[in-house]
Order: sequence, then C-alpha cells, then structure tokens
Amino acid sequence: MLKLNNLKKYLEFQEKVKENLKNIKELDDYFPDLLKENLNLLKDKGYLGVPYPKEYGGLGLDYLHYAIIIEEISKICPSTGLAVAAHTSLCSFPIFKYGNEEQKRKYLIPLAKGEKIGAMGLTEPNAGSDASTIELQAKKDNNFYILNGTKRFITNSQEAEIFVVLGTLDRNLGKKGITAFIIEKNFKGFTVGKEEDKLGVRGSSTCELIFEDCLCPKENLLGKEGEGYKYIMETLDGGRVSIAAFSLGIAKKAYEMILEWEAKRETKSEIVYKIIAEADTLIESASLLTYYSALLKNQGERADKESANAKLYASEAAVKICDYAISLYGYYGINKEVKLERFFRDAKICEIGEGTSEIMKLIIAKEALKNFK
Amino acid sequence: MDFELNENQKLIQDTARRFAQEKIEPIASEIDKTGEFPSEIIKEMAELGLMGMIIPEEYGGAGLDFTSLAIAVEEISKSSGSIGVIMAVNNSLCAYPILAFGKEEQKKKYLPLLATGKALGAFALTEPNVGSDPAHLESTIKDMGDYFLLNGTKRFITNGGEAKIFVVFATIDKEKEHKGICGLIVERDFEGFSIGKHEDLMGLRSTANCELIFEDCKVPKENLLGNIGEGFKIALHTLDVSRIDIGAQSVGIAQAALEKALTYSKERKQFGKYLYEFEMIQEMLADMATKIQAARLLVYYAASLKDKGAPRFSKESSMAKYFASQVAVEATRLAVQIHGGYGYTKDYAVERYYRDAKCMEIYEGTSEIQKIVIARSLIS
Repeated sequence: MLKLNNLKKYLEFQEKVKENLKNIKELDDYFPDLLKENLNLLKDKGYLGVPYPKEYGGLGLDYLHYAIIIEEISKICPSTGLAVAAHTSLCSFPIFKYGNEEQKRKYLIPLAKGEKIGAMGLTEPNAGSDASTIELQAKKDNNFYILNGTKRFITNSQEAEIFVVLGTLDRNLGKKGITAFIIEKNFKGFTVGKEEDKLGVRGSSTCELIFEDCLCPKENLLGKEGEGYKYIMETLDGGRVSIAAFSLGIAKKAYEMILEWEAKRETKSEIVYKIIAEADTLIESASLLTYYSALLKNQGERADKESANAKLYASEAAVKICDYAISLYGYYGINKEVKLERFFRDAKICEIGEGTSEIMKLIIAKEALKNFK
Repeated sequence: MDFELNENQKLIQDTARRFAQEKIEPIASEIDKTGEFPSEIIKEMAELGLMGMIIPEEYGGAGLDFTSLAIAVEEISKSSGSIGVIMAVNNSLCAYPILAFGKEEQKKKYLPLLATGKALGAFALTEPNVGSDPAHLESTIKDMGDYFLLNGTKRFITNGGEAKIFVVFATIDKEKEHKGICGLIVERDFEGFSIGKHEDLMGLRSTANCELIFEDCKVPKENLLGNIGEGFKIALHTLDVSRIDIGAQSVGIAQAALEKALTYSKERKQFGKYLYEFEMIQEMLADMATKIQAARLLVYYAASLKDKGAPRFSKESSMAKYFASQVAVEATRLAVQIHGGYGYTKDYAVERYYRDAKCMEIYEGTSEIQKIVIARSLIS
C-alpha cells in the first residue's frame, strides 16, 4: 500500500509534471500538427514511455507516476491525454508483456522513447463490448499471415506507425482463435480509413483501419497463436487504470473551474456549497480508487475489479462534475468561448471507451461473486 | 380529468409530426453542423400556422391554446431542438407578451407579422452580467420626450440574428430595481440597434443566438409594452408561459432519444444477443420511458392551467421545465451510452440530442432558479 511518507514523493512529482506540461496546447479539433507538437513535447520529457524499463527506452517509473502524468495532461487537453493512454497502455504494453526480445528491441524501444506512436486495433463495426466475436480474419500462408477485415474507432489511427491488431485464425474457435499481431503502418494491404466526426476528444484521431490481404510477416505474431484474447483482457485491465486517470484529469479540471467561478462570486448560496461538497467528495473518492488500482498494477498483478471500480467511478465523476460546472456557469457553460463545454463533451467518452460502464459493472460483479467464499 | 388528447389536438400532433419527419428530420443534422438558420423551414412552418399558434385568428394566427402549442413544440423538437426553440420563442416569448400586455395598435401592427412568418420574433432579457437576476438589468432607457433612448447590450438571444421584432427589457431607473424595468417592442431597423457576435454554442446551434447592441437606439413612445415599470412583471409572467414550451421541447428531445435507443437496441447484437435483451439496457429504457411520461404530464398540466385561465401557474411551469430538462439530459446521456462508440459520433442523432439537451437546463431560467421558484410557491 501507499505509505504516507511515500505520498510526498508523488506529490512532488506531480508538481514537476505540471511545470513540464506548461506548453501543452488545448485541442478541440483535429489539427495533426498541433497534436504532433504536443506529443513531441511529451516525448522530450519521456512521458510517452513512463512505466517501461529504461533499457527499453522508458522512464522506468511505476503506474502511479504514469497515472499522474495522464491525469495532468488530461486536465489541459483530454484529446492528448487519451492519445498518450492509448499509445502507452494499449500498444506498448502488450508488446512489453508478450513480445519477444527482438520485437521489444524493434518496436517497444521507439514506442517508449516516443519516436513512434502506437495504437491498438481491437474494436470492429460488429464487435464492441464483446471482443470475442471479432471478425478480422488472419490466414496463415508460409511466412506470412494474410489479414482481411476492418477495425473501427481506433484512437491514434493517423499518428500511429505501430499497431497491435487482433484477428481470428478461425471464428469457430471463438476466444481461442483470437491472435495478436504487430502491424507497421506501411505494411502492404493496410490502410487508414476516414476520420470519425466525434462529440468530443476531437483533437485526437479516431479512424477505421482497413486490411485487404494485408501481409503480416510471421515474426510479427505477438506471443502465441490463439492467446490474443487473454492478452487483450490483461491489456485492458491496465488500460482501465489509464482511462480512470484520464477521467480524473477531466473531473479535476471541471472542479477547478467551479471553484474559480464561485470564488469570484460575492454571495454564495448553500446550493453552491452542496455542489462543491459533492464534487469534492467525488474527486477524492475517484482519486483514491484510481491511485489504488495503479498501485496494484505496480505489483504486476491483475487488478480487474479494482481497475474497473476506478474506471466506472472516475468516468461517472467526470461526467457529473462537468454537468455541475455547466449548470453553475449557465449560458457561459454552453458557450465555446469558455472551455467547459469541451470538457463536458470530452467527458462522455470516459463512460464508453475501453469498456462501457455496463461492462465495468459486469466485471466488478463477477469478480466480487468469484471472490466471495 | 382526461388524459386523452382531443380530436383537434390529435390533428395538430399529427400535422406537426408529419411535417417534422418529412421536412425537418432530413436537414436537422446538417444545420447543426453548419449552424445555419433554417429560414425556409420556418417559412413553411408559418404557412402551417405553427409560428403563430397562440395568436388569435383576428391577428392572423391559428387561435389555438397553449396545450396545442406544447404538443406541436414537442413534435418539432423530436426532429430538431433548434427548430423547436425557434418556434417556441416566436410564439411564447415574443407574440405572447405583445398579445397579453400590448395595446391594440401594437397587436394589430406586430402580431400578424409574427403569425405569418413575415417577421421573426425574439425576447431580449439576458445581459452579459445579468442572467438569473433580471431586477438588476444594466440596459437603460431614457425618456427623451418624443421617444425613448435605449442603451445597453443583450446576450444569448435566441433568434437574435434573424428576428425583426424584439421584446426588449431595460431599466428607466436602476435605483428602483425591479420597479424600474420596462418592456419595449424594438424593430430590427430602428436606428442605433445592431447585432453583435454570433454565439458559438455547444448545442441548439441553428438558432441565430446573438448579442444585441443598442447605442442610443431610438424607440418610439408608442412601442412601450404595458406601462413604465411593468417590465419586470411582464418578463416574469412571459417566462412562466414559455417555460411550458421548454418543458415540451425537452420532452421532444428525450422522446427522440428513447426512440433512437430503442431502434438501435433492436439492431445491434453483442454477446450473441440483441441489446434490448440485456436487463441493464431494459432498465435504462424503462427508466427513460417512465421519466419522459412523467415529464410530459407535468408539461400538459402546466399548459392546461394556463389554458383554463388560472391566475398563477409559476410553480407548475417551473416544475415542468425543471423536471423535463433534467429528464432530457439523462435520457440523451443514456441514449448515447446505449449506442456506445457509435453514439459518440455525429453519424447518429443522439450525439446532437445530448448537446442540445444540456442547453435546456440553462436557458429561460436555470434549474437552480426553477427550484427557487418552486420552493417559494410552496412556502408562501
């Protein structure tokens, strides 16, 4: 557990991160150059490979440091926060965990150093909450796997040069047919489709990935054939910690904006006190859940329930506090000149991305029942 | 007590619904993206009588009641929240105060224009520094003998950029607080009146929501609405009426969200089942439907009080607006949730509903203000 005397170390780190992020730009639409500027700035600070060992180009810090960085980025620019979370947790992680030494040298190092951006291709038009039914077909052919199919809603599509992609060797095998591959952007037969027109996190790219007889060399099989589903589940477990931290960043920013607005008012109503108290308690609880799940991840264990607790609670806190804040700001809250409305739109992805709230509830309840003896 | 719509109301509902489906539905997403004001549609709505529903026939209107207006606003809002509020503002916030407080000449001059769509109406109360407290307006009028001189800035005015007739509130004496507030009918081409910046809002993006700037704007004496110092009363009474429509607009958007969520849950399969087969989804749908029905009944009840000539219905109209707008926010959030990643994109209408819904908790009195109105009525 986190000891109080260690906490000081993290708080000092948080201050340093804030200082380092001063020049991060806020994005509300997809401007590739500006996003690239943000990512370059993060790269220079080492923030694109926080939890990976130094020998692989990472910072060699723990998950709590990583969560703090995601939180702080998302306070300024949720789009960038989401991009970093997807890069670090969804692409670098499975390569770090399941990749062979050669793959780590070739892919993890440039990812962790931030020289290349990563993405994960899991979701498909017909496979969202249920990842076991993915349809992207992988056919073995001598030295290659031939991939055919479409992925959808893939964060970092346009920036990424390295993709961890899930396909199936045989749909009849269900979960046991699912296999992971490392795909490079320039592989033949692989193209990035149209940009989605989204409610929020509009500064990040979200596209379709199209595989038409895409040739993936045999050595780019990640781990073993048929083990992909297991990898996804563990990858998403860590992903949830990052989305909890992302949500927490949005929630804290909206809360700060409430305080900023209300501190200026001469008279304060009890209703305002009530809202502040509720928002504050949501933030404190969401922080504890998020940091706790990060600490569990430090021990290298699965933390399915705890990361789902954190993601569920922090994402709801983000949506609620943005909602409170807009209500207090009135017309200024829904006006684009004040940034609240952007945070309100960005926040809604927290309840959907990397497992909806409904899926979180299923995970939590199943784990709780399993653990009850 | 009768919970059935009468034949005439059913006809109105049917007409508005068909018009919305045929004409508005196909352009609703596009005007949200471009922010374009739907002038052509508004013209057609005027021809159908929708822009002057509560204006008596002698002034060129449809001569209908407020329940009918609420029914129509709900139907129009199911397709476009923006068009729903453009219509509601024209009827309740501009035509209604002229009808209720205007002199005969004012009614004769302005109501036929509003009813026939020759001129669009707006209502200008909110200011950059005055939202929830209209007793302390900063816009001023000065009696110049032959005319009034109007100075000040109004903000967040729905229909502002397109309207020709504005009901504007300003103070003749700040010391007098609410007793100094006056209502005026201001025409777009009065000297000294200009349109400021167009607001870039999260939702209801096609409503020409603008700033209005009055710099020594000359307003003829005969354009005073009611008497000197009656503006506050006029504004509050007008808002009591118009909140019923914001309730109706909220019900419309919430209902549309429910219908879209239902449709989607019958199309989408995950884990080998249609979404509607999941109990968690069923719970969401049941919750949405129950709250929408409750909201609709609150709206109809408030409208029926107004139609029966009840002297006071502030509490009921505030309840309708407060509850229905909250239901709209909840229902649209759940509809996005049910749609998952798809709901987060502009390919599905629920994304727009979610943005539009939040605006309804804000304008014409925030939910906090509604609760104060309700509590005061309970206590007094």
